[in-house]
Amino acid sequence: MWDYSDKVKEHFFNPKNAGAVVDANATGEVGSISCGDALRLTLKVDDATEVILEAGFQTFGCGSAIASSSVLTEIIKGMTLDEALKVTNQDIADQLEGLPPEKMHCSVMGREALQAAIANYRGEEWKDDHEEGALICKCFAIDAVMIEEMVWANKLRTVQDVTNFTKAGGGCAACHEDIEAILEKVLAEKGEKFNPNAAPVEAPVKIAAVKAPLTNLQRIKKIEQVLESLRPALMADGGDVELVEVIGNTAYVNMTGACNGCQMAAMTIAGIQQRLMEVMGEFIKVVPATEMAKLVSIGA
Amino acid sequence: MADIYLDNNATTRVDPAVVDVMIPYFLEQYGNPSSIHKFADGVARGLKQARQQVQALIGCEHDSEIIFTSCGTESNSTAILSAIKAQPNKKEIITTTVEHPAILSLCDYLEKEGYTIHRMPVDKAGRLNLNAFKNLLSDQVAIASVMWANNETGTIFPVAEMAELANAAGVMFHTDAVQAVGKIPMMLQDTKIDMLSLSGHKLHAPKGIGVLYLRRGTRYRPLLRGGHQERGRRAGTENSASIVGLGKACELALEFIEYENTKVKALRDRLEKGITEQIPHCFVTGDMNNRLPNTTDIAFEYIEGESILMLLNKAGIAASSGSACTSGSLEPSHVMRAMDIPYTAAHGTIRFSFSRYNTMSEVDEVLKVMPGIVATLRKLSPYWDGNGPVVDPEKAFAPAYS
Ligand SMILES: Cc1ncc(COP(=O)(O)O)c(C=O)c1O
Ligand code: FES
Repeated sequence: MWDYSDKVKEHFFNPKNAGAVVDANATGEVGSISCGDALRLTLKVDDATEVILEAGFQTFGCGSAIASSSVLTEIIKGMTLDEALKVTNQDIADQLEGLPPEKMHCSVMGREALQAAIANYRGEEWKDDHEEGALICKCFAIDAVMIEEMVWANKLRTVQDVTNFTKAGGGCAACHEDIEAILEKVLAEKGEKFNPNAAPVEAPVKIAAVKAPLTNLQRIKKIEQVLESLRPALMADGGDVELVEVIGNTAYVNMTGACNGCQMAAMTIAGIQQRLMEVMGEFIKVVPATEMAKLVSIGA
Repeated sequence: MADIYLDNNATTRVDPAVVDVMIPYFLEQYGNPSSIHKFADGVARGLKQARQQVQALIGCEHDSEIIFTSCGTESNSTAILSAIKAQPNKKEIITTTVEHPAILSLCDYLEKEGYTIHRMPVDKAGRLNLNAFKNLLSDQVAIASVMWANNETGTIFPVAEMAELANAAGVMFHTDAVQAVGKIPMMLQDTKIDMLSLSGHKLHAPKGIGVLYLRRGTRYRPLLRGGHQERGRRAGTENSASIVGLGKACELALEFIEYENTKVKALRDRLEKGITEQIPHCFVTGDMNNRLPNTTDIAFEYIEGESILMLLNKAGIAASSGSACTSGSLEPSHVMRAMDIPYTAAHGTIRFSFSRYNTMSEVDEVLKVMPGIVATLRKLSPYWDGNGPVVDPEKAFAPAYS
């Protein structure tokens, strides 16, 4: 079975705030019964101060779904709605001392229920931007839709390309067969044939005539500049990015706020990578800093 | 109370008598059975005896029809790949929607290679339609592979009858009997079954040993080529200790097969009856009238299986679930989907599978804790309201992005 943290077990075996809040004035319902996870969050919000007085959850789901729901209600009680909107799925996962990668979606569901409930209170319509395909790469939680989109958008041709652009396939390699199947399918739609030995796709960089390669210091400075220029856009979505380390052509970054943890983070990271390569005119791989630890442990 | 193991369809405890017969093959008779010296002396004899013990359990005509493999999965793969390699002009395979992944994933793969796969559906009780099977048989079909008993529900398929039909149409017939061997009496020599897979660890032998039964005269192509082991039908130095252990386990299984169908069945029946009487809104899945004696698969509506397992585990009880979450996939078990069990129930299925090591007091212990576990989780469920499901559950709670 899963290796759940003690905190997850604690919240699962002794959930807090289970059940619906009586005379709630905000309700959020999210999840998918076909996937076996669904959550209803009810809140009692003080109309004058917008402070969340009470929060209750009803969850159909596995251990981590119930634990995520429970911890979410604990986090948001006493917050104003605006404060609560800043709660990310990573906050939920952190409070639980981490979740197995396959279970991160449970924390995402918690955050979405919260957003839905607040939208409900404010009379807004909550729309989720959920598009999820079959999970292909379990190591990096990348699904088929994401890989297909990247293959289309960036004219990827090999598994190595897919790994460079999405990280999928960069771990245990068990998903390579499935990635090849996606490549075959998308390439066939474009009237091309899959060739495992195709030359790697370089980012569409305008290689400046003869240019001396960057020194590491130059590279770091440049990367910082590019990230700085992207920051406003990320912050508009409630997220942020921070450069942690540069090793060779790999930039390790911390995604914070709304970008973190969700599957969209991988998309965002691919976007950042694209931008860096365009500006710098060399191949740069952007990897979440959390993978630094992971790569070491996989290598071990 | 000591921990209670009710997950015997996943794997079983190795019988101590099996361990005893294996040990000399690690420490004394460790020679390669092909060698000519005293360290190998007894090995060939041990293998021969094991072959006869397996033969007795499955009732085949010759002990040479037994090929030792590394597991049930290898036996399944060998059978199907052999059939299509031996008959390269036949491009169709018949199987069912509820097979073990050891068959289904291979068929998915062969489909990509250009084979046509007929996956027969089942009804709500998990039963096949034999007329539909008959209609699929043709000279284009290389092999029909149908499991003897389902690992999740225990539902038994009429494989002997189906083998007759296949044989009459000139189609090879294989059955994955990994769950059936040792629980259902069999006499293969009276059937038209051409190939059968079994796996040691489901009948108190170690993991990593299996058998492919290959009826004499069946056209065959090996999966592993190399040395002359198993008469060239499965190369690789024999896993002698495990083979001898499997032989002993088969001998014991034959001894206990009556016990399995009376005493073990009584344990299962009592648990099933107790649960369905005490707990509202739960039901048994599969074909109640035609099942393995040791298996019950119960769907608890409006709650999710992994949560149930975690609470059971806390109470010292081991079982398993067809829920999506225990496997890390997003869909509930393909067997539950095939039987058209609604999602609100399919995610909450728990399989209890017994062995001869279980006792009535263990059943009582499970009956004591189960109602409380279900009630606890239902209290958390958005589909549950006080003492019963909310009115029209699927409508009352219809979350976004379903
Ligand atoms: C019906 C069925 N077939 C095949 C297998 C696979 O057997 P093994 O684990 O020996 O490869 C199993 C075991 O889970 C099974 O239940
Ligand atoms: S599953 Fe994709 S690399 Fe491991």
